[in-house]
Amino acid sequence: MATKVLGPSGLRSLIDLLHAGGYTVIGPTVADGTIVYGSIASIDDLPIGWTDTQEAGSYGIERREDDSFFAYNVGPRSLRHYLFPPRQTLLTIEHAETGLRFCQEPPDNIRYAFVGVRACELAAVAIQDAVFLDSPHADPNYARAREHSFTIGVNCAVAGGTCFCASMGKGPSCTAGYDLVVTEVIEESHHEFVVEAGTEDGADLLGRVEGRQATDQDAGVVDAIVKETARNMGRAMPTHGLRDLMVEGFDSPTWDSVAQRCLSCTSCTLVCPTCFCSTMSDTTDLVGTARRERTWDSCFSLEFTYLHGHSVRSSTGARYRQWITHKLGWWHDQFGISGCVGCGRCITWCPVGIDITEEVAKLAGRAEAIA
Amino acid sequence: MTAKTPTLAVWKFASCSGCQLTLLNCEDDFLSIVGAIDIVYFPEATKTMADGPYDLSIVEGSITTAHEAEQIQRIRASSTTLITVGACATAGGIQALKNWADVDEFISIVYPHPEFINSLGTSTPIADHVKVDFELHGCPISQRQLIEVIDSFLHRRKPNTPSYSVCVECKLNETTCVMIANGTPCMGPVTRAGCGALCPAFNRGCYGCFGPSETPNIASLRDLWHSIGVADADLALALRTFNAYAPEFREASDHYVG
Repeated sequence: MATKVLGPSGLRSLIDLLHAGGYTVIGPTVADGTIVYGSIASIDDLPIGWTDTQEAGSYGIERREDDSFFAYNVGPRSLRHYLFPPRQTLLTIEHAETGLRFCQEPPDNIRYAFVGVRACELAAVAIQDAVFLDSPHADPNYARAREHSFTIGVNCAVAGGTCFCASMGKGPSCTAGYDLVVTEVIEESHHEFVVEAGTEDGADLLGRVEGRQATDQDAGVVDAIVKETARNMGRAMPTHGLRDLMVEGFDSPTWDSVAQRCLSCTSCTLVCPTCFCSTMSDTTDLVGTARRERTWDSCFSLEFTYLHGHSVRSSTGARYRQWITHKLGWWHDQFGISGCVGCGRCITWCPVGIDITEEVAKLAGRAEAIA
Repeated sequence: MTAKTPTLAVWKFASCSGCQLTLLNCEDDFLSIVGAIDIVYFPEATKTMADGPYDLSIVEGSITTAHEAEQIQRIRASSTTLITVGACATAGGIQALKNWADVDEFISIVYPHPEFINSLGTSTPIADHVKVDFELHGCPISQRQLIEVIDSFLHRRKPNTPSYSVCVECKLNETTCVMIANGTPCMGPVTRAGCGALCPAFNRGCYGCFGPSETPNIASLRDLWHSIGVADADLALALRTFNAYAPEFREASDHYVG
């Protein structure tokens, strides 16, 4: 596929062309002291010269000494906010002259262009595709949003304190799922973006912006950047035999120990880019309209497993175990892949800083001690 | 045959009236409510004061006098369904702070004629006195949830009023966590959702107006607040506000008050 090297003005043109093409452009932007996905009018809305600092249960942003565009990691929002929104009305039922009228809500007509999407995020979207599309009951809203979206990935040039995509085999370089992928090269003498097309649509768009042809030397620079990022990961997941460890660790004391700290606040599941659980509620209103609404839910809420008069997973330990054993264990059986991409969101955005890599290491350590 | 319009009575015990005014503040929806239910007793809104029985009683306020303790029994006996609304009715309210104090001493200091005051030493939730069919939490309650509860009563369905934490609402609203990003102490992880995560949306910590969430881990929140510089005594104060006498907040505040 075509590869081109653009300057900042070339990147500006890319985003302008997406707008001209009718896309709603979503990309990283600074809002409420956080770098999160939001609406991007032009490259000026990107977090230029900003970076983030992330640790377990802690997040901050700060100024960098350069004008880099992409020198930070993922924020609390993921693409699931757009592809599988937190709240959706699926159906309304109204009184009509001849009985009831059922109206299925039409999918949004928005065509999203996602800019600055990291490798872990692309891997998460691939996982959500498996959940929402590769089934006899594909989700029409999700399918539509995916079908009409355009994605510009970014190879990470910095690793965050809670990142562990390298150990999950999901980053830091984008390998699939993008129309274009950008690597930012920032040196004293120049500020460039090595842009590679991943699809025909990407190649077409790239063909329409000013830039020079990439050389072998550029490819070498890109390779060195992602290798350096991989070496600087803040964390690593012990992945050896992970699925079996989850299955065998059912009665581990780890769960009760985590439950001492876990607030069962649901944050980990709601920032996770692959969690897909929702609850369906049918509501009525006083004028006689009924609505079926789908809202994100979490395996950490009691009502999530409320069946026949009680919650199946009443203890916090059981709920944490459900989350992590599903994500890292049963997911393999269900979808043929791990549900974790190593983005580190659940670590950063856990108010008490529970670290999935640390808990897995404890579980593995205990299993080894028993063996 | 058309079904008879159900009757509604709205009762006030020790409270600020904010929750029952939530009903009057429903504006457009209020017209729909009065179209669907016959308000037969609501002294703050209408001169009509019909005797029971009532199909639905909405009860605001806590029990703080012997007279109130008797009155709630009569209300229960004349109501098919009884729903309590607000922190006073569900947890004793802010006036439940007197449960930790010497009320006779207050009375002697505050009133020129203490002999006119006939108050119990405690402020207790309605459910401590009579069977309650449904409790709607909040100080004040959410208008959206009140309409939902009345509507679910009329349609004989379960109300959608989740008992999970405020954190869920922050995430659904895409509000950044104020504790993690700013180090602001927030009661959200141990507080019941319902307000729509109002305070964090304005960069403030949650004050716990809706009382304890379904499984509050206050010991863990305490460790977290410690790490951002909040002393136990201040945590105890945060727990002893609108829902001080809700069991989980009460026990934890007793533990941390020092």
